[in-house]
Amino acid sequence: MAIITGIIYAAGLYLLMQRSFIKLVLGIILFAHASNFFLFTAGGITRAMPAFVHDGKPSVDELADPLPQALILTAIVIGLGIQAFAIVLLKRVYHVAGTSDLDQLRTTDREEENV
Amino acid sequence: MSESLMILTPLLSPFIGGIICIFFWKHLKVQKTVYLIFTLITLIGSLVLIQQVQEQGMLTIQAGNWKAPFGITLIVDMLSALMLSASAILGVVIHFFSLSHTSVTYERKAFGFYPALLLMLFGIHGALITGDIFNLYVWFEVMLIASFVLLTLGGEKGQLEGAVKYVTINFVASALFLAGIGIVYGITGSTNMAQLSVQLHAEEASPLLHVGLLFFITSFGIKAALFPLFFWLPASYHTPPIAISAIIAGLLTKVGIYALFRTAIFIFPSDNPSLRQLILVLAGLTMLTGIMGAIAQKDYRKVLSYLIISHMGYMVMGLGIGTTAALTGAIFYILHSIVVKSNLFFIGGLVGQCSDTFALDRAGGIYKRLPLLSTCFFISAMSLSGIPPLSGFWGKYALAQAGLIRGDYIIVAVSLLTGLLTLYVISRVWLQVFLKEKPEEKAEQKNEEKERYFVGRHKGMYTTVILLMFIILVMSFYAQPFVYWSETAAEQLLNRQEYIENVLGK
Repeated sequence: MAIITGIIYAAGLYLLMQRSFIKLVLGIILFAHASNFFLFTAGGITRAMPAFVHDGKPSVDELADPLPQALILTAIVIGLGIQAFAIVLLKRVYHVAGTSDLDQLRTTDREEENV
Repeated sequence: MSESLMILTPLLSPFIGGIICIFFWKHLKVQKTVYLIFTLITLIGSLVLIQQVQEQGMLTIQAGNWKAPFGITLIVDMLSALMLSASAILGVVIHFFSLSHTSVTYERKAFGFYPALLLMLFGIHGALITGDIFNLYVWFEVMLIASFVLLTLGGEKGQLEGAVKYVTINFVASALFLAGIGIVYGITGSTNMAQLSVQLHAEEASPLLHVGLLFFITSFGIKAALFPLFFWLPASYHTPPIAISAIIAGLLTKVGIYALFRTAIFIFPSDNPSLRQLILVLAGLTMLTGIMGAIAQKDYRKVLSYLIISHMGYMVMGLGIGTTAALTGAIFYILHSIVVKSNLFFIGGLVGQCSDTFALDRAGGIYKRLPLLSTCFFISAMSLSGIPPLSGFWGKYALAQAGLIRGDYIIVAVSLLTGLLTLYVISRVWLQVFLKEKPEEKAEQKNEEKERYFVGRHKGMYTTVILLMFIILVMSFYAQPFVYWSETAAEQLLNRQEYIENVLGK
C-alpha cells in the first residue's frame, strides 16, 4: 500500500510539472487519489467486521475503524468538485488564450495595460 | 439568546444569505439587500462574540451532542472572535465598494458575485470556528472553491491565467494538508484538536510526527504565501476586479496564518528550539524577499501583492518568538493588516478609475484631483510602514520588544529593515501616483465640476475607503482595547489546558 501510494504521488507530481493542460488535469486527479490512499493507509488496514453493533456485542478489536473511510469519502467529494472545476477552467483558458501550453500563460507577468 | 445560537450566528447567516441569493438569481436588487442584511447580522454576531468571550472565556458547542473526541466541536476563543469580526467588517464594506458598476461590472454581479462572496465568508468563518482538524480542511475547501469562482468571474484572459496557477497550487496545498491529517490520525487515532493536543504532548516526539508537522507547515505556508512558496500570489491576486482582490488579499492569507498558529501551538510541542529557528528563518526570508519584489514592480496592484507577502513575515515572526507578548503583537498585526491592506487595494481601485491605469509611471496627479482620497492613502500607507502614532507601529513595536527580550536580535533587525524598505516603496508610490503630474496631461486644467462628478459617481467606493480609514484611525489612537483583546487571545492560545478543558470537560 505504501509503495503504491508513493508511486501515485510521484506520478501525480511529475504530471503536474508538465506543460500541457491535459497532463495538468491528470496530475491533479492522481495527486488527489494519492492523498486519499495515504489517509486510508494511515488509518491502519485491517480485515475486520463493519462497525455495526449487533446483539452479540463484538469486542472493539473485531471492528474496522470507520473514521478513515468517512474522511476519505468527504475528501473524494471535495476532490471531485475541484477536478471538475479545473477541467472546465482549463477548457475556458484554452478557448480564451488559444493555447494548451502552460508556458504561454504569461500575460499576468508582463507590464499591465489599461484598466 | 442561547449560547449555541450565538456561536452559530457568524457561521449560519452568510450561509443562509448565500442560499437566498441563489434563489433570487435574476433579481440583483434583492441580492444586494439580502447581502447587506446578512453581513450586518454576521458583524453584529461577531462583535457580540468578542464581548461574550471577554466575559466568560471560550464558548463551545458539541455538534449533535456527541461527546468531544467523537463528535465535531465548534469553539470560539478570542482569536477566532477577533478574526471573525475583521472578516465581517470587510464583508460589509465591500458591499458599498461594489455598488457602482465601474468597480464590479453588471455582468459579473449577474453571474453570482453576491452568493459566491457570502459562501466564501461562510467558509472562512467555519475555518475560524471549528475545533476539529479534518473539519478545518473541509472549511478550507469551501472557502477556496468560492474564491476560485470569484477569481474567475468575468472570464478575462489575465484572470483565467491567474486562476490556473491559483487553483493548481491551492489544490496541491490541500492535498498535502490532507496527508498531514492522515499522519496525525495514524499516530493518535483522533482528529479533534484538543484530543490531539493531549495525546501528542504526552508521548515522545516521533520522527513521523515531524513529517506531519512539515506537511502542515508546507501546506499553510503555501496558503499564507511564506518564503519559498509565495510565487503564486503575485501572479494571480491582481487579476480580478479590485473589489474581489481586496477581500481575497485581505482575508485568505490571514486564514492560512490562523491555521498555522492553531496547529503549531496547540497540536505540536511548540517549545522545540529547532522548530522555532526554522519558523524564524522563514519569517525573515519572507519579509526580505517580499519587500525586494515590491521594490522591483511597476504596477500598483503588484506592489501591493508583494507587500502582502512581506508583511506576512511579521505575523510568522510572532509565532517564531512564541512568547505571550510576541503573539499579542502578531495578533494585533493580523487585525491591522487585514484592514490596511484591503483599504490600500480599495484606494488602488479608485486611483485606477481616475487615471485609467495601474502602471506607476503612467499614473500621476491624483493629489491635485482627489485630495481626500490621497489623504486616505497617505494615512493607510504610513500605518502600513509603521510610522509611530499609527496602528502598524503598535504591532511592530510589540513584536520587536518581544524579540529583543527573547534574544532573537537578527529577526528584529530584519523586521526593522523591512519596515524601512516599506517606507521607501510606499513613498515611491506616493510620489509617482499622487504627487507627480500626469505625464501626458500637463496642459489639462483642474476641473472642479469634473471632480465633483467623479466623487458623485463613486460615492459607494468612497464610503468604503473612508469607513476603513476610520477603523484604522481608531486602531491607532484608541489602541488600548485592541491590544487588550489581542493579549487575551494570545494568552488563550498559549494556555492549552484551558482549551482542552473547554472541549473535553474536566
